[in-house]
Amino acid sequence: MAAVAPLLATQALSKHFGGLAAVREVSLEIQPGEIRAIIGPNGAGKTTLVGMICGRHVPSSGRIIYRGSEITALRPWQRLRLGIAYTFQVTSIYKGLTCYENVALPAQRALMRGFVSRLVPGETAVAQRVRAALDAVGLADLAGQRADELAYGHQRLLELAMALATGPQLLILDEPTQGLAEGEIAALCALLRRVAEQATVLLIEHNMQVVLALARRVTVMDAGEILAEGTPAEIERDPAVQKAYLGR
Amino acid sequence: MSAGRRILALHLGVLAALLVLQFALPPYHHTNVARILVLAGYAIGYNVLLGYTGLMSLGHAMFFAAGMYGAGLPVYYFGVGAPLAFALGLASGIGLALVFGLMALRTSGPSFLIVSLMFGQALFLTLLYFNDVTLGDQGFILSAKLAPLELGGRPLGFHEPGVKYNVALAIFAACLAAALALRLSALGRVLIGIRENEERTRLLGYDSFRYKLVALGVSGALASAAGAGYALLFSYVGATFASILFSIYPLLWTLLGGVGTVLGPLLGTALMFYLVDTVSGVTSSYLLFVGAALVALVLWFPQGILGTVRSRWLPWLP
Repeated sequence: MAAVAPLLATQALSKHFGGLAAVREVSLEIQPGEIRAIIGPNGAGKTTLVGMICGRHVPSSGRIIYRGSEITALRPWQRLRLGIAYTFQVTSIYKGLTCYENVALPAQRALMRGFVSRLVPGETAVAQRVRAALDAVGLADLAGQRADELAYGHQRLLELAMALATGPQLLILDEPTQGLAEGEIAALCALLRRVAEQATVLLIEHNMQVVLALARRVTVMDAGEILAEGTPAEIERDPAVQKAYLGR
Repeated sequence: MSAGRRILALHLGVLAALLVLQFALPPYHHTNVARILVLAGYAIGYNVLLGYTGLMSLGHAMFFAAGMYGAGLPVYYFGVGAPLAFALGLASGIGLALVFGLMALRTSGPSFLIVSLMFGQALFLTLLYFNDVTLGDQGFILSAKLAPLELGGRPLGFHEPGVKYNVALAIFAACLAAALALRLSALGRVLIGIRENEERTRLLGYDSFRYKLVALGVSGALASAAGAGYALLFSYVGATFASILFSIYPLLWTLLGGVGTVLGPLLGTALMFYLVDTVSGVTSSYLLFVGAALVALVLWFPQGILGTVRSRWLPWLP
């Protein structure tokens, strides 16, 4: 397993907010093509950790290596162009715009090269890409709908469509099933399995059934640190994990 | 696409109507409309920043004044011709916008508003301070110094109403075309993304600072084109055009016509111009009526006239 060069590695990554250490010296390796789940109680530092990976937060110390090069100092838009896409825990869509326009922004970005772009992408190419992303999440029929008129579950799916339209190599999902109904969760799992055929998926998730169904490896965080890491079966048996989850 | 054709037809129709209008207008309104057209160009520039990008400025008069002085001073001192003077005015505005943007765009929201106000006031006071050169407090007249344009050997003086109107219309049409092209372009989509949710847009791969700088450059270019045109057509250059009031006007015009609509600034400018014109014939406290109109606007049409029209009846309106 260690023979393959990791797609992403964090080395002693830390983040302090004032006196609070949200993430403490986390070293993590993610192999290309895997679905990795990060689990842990609320406040364990999961969102902060992935926030540093996608560029929302600047680390207090430590390094982030992506495909063999250091990206610690890169700005969020530069990381996206390297293929790191992020979906928010609290849905962050363009509420005043239609579904089509929401997805058109990342689709357009994926078709551009450099700043304003040497060649402005044609609207047909953008439209095709938007259609494909909306199709993938099953929202194609709602393309003309304003995003704030969508049901909550559909807003989550729209957020995912935006990430897919960027053509991600590393897709970071922060609690994608939160607020979804049973049937929607099953459909999302099927979709993520399809996505994982082309991209590496890093998933923060509370729903253990989803974690067990999707993840090849699971990382458990608690109080800003990695508590355990292993296959889902190993994690379920781990006494430290049981302690963190069942009370100390 | 039928939507694209409809949009094009609407805007060409408005320009054609304005072209024909000059033959129907009595002389007084003829000059007024020429003035409105140039000022609407200024408002369109303002709207690029406020309406498309979501940045509210209270110092936009500095760009209008940069165009005005950038064009007016070379004519006054060196007898430069109108086309070159216009280009110099435009260049001054764009230059100022980029320098201002590199500093001010580190801020956003209310801080940007305050910083723009400070820069605007700084330029206004600079114009007064270097009064020996700028003749800021009195202003100066260009007509004696400005050579007429020539078309096929016939001189076209800016004092002729026909020339004034059509040059004003050309400036307005250029501003309108620029705003429409921007709105419908890939760049316009990114600016609207920044307006709606800047953090999301950055995480979708867009360096929002650079996009905002481009928007400010375009906004400054249109405002200074209007300022340069105003100086050349109406022959007067003065520091009052750099004052805070002249930064507030485009905000009012845009709010009235419809923030983030392409034609809103024209409508807002025309209505406000005639409101002030009509009321000030009756009373000197015309600002009271302007204020009342704005209160009514905020209460009942917070999206402005065309913004309301768009959300109720014409969703395709750009």
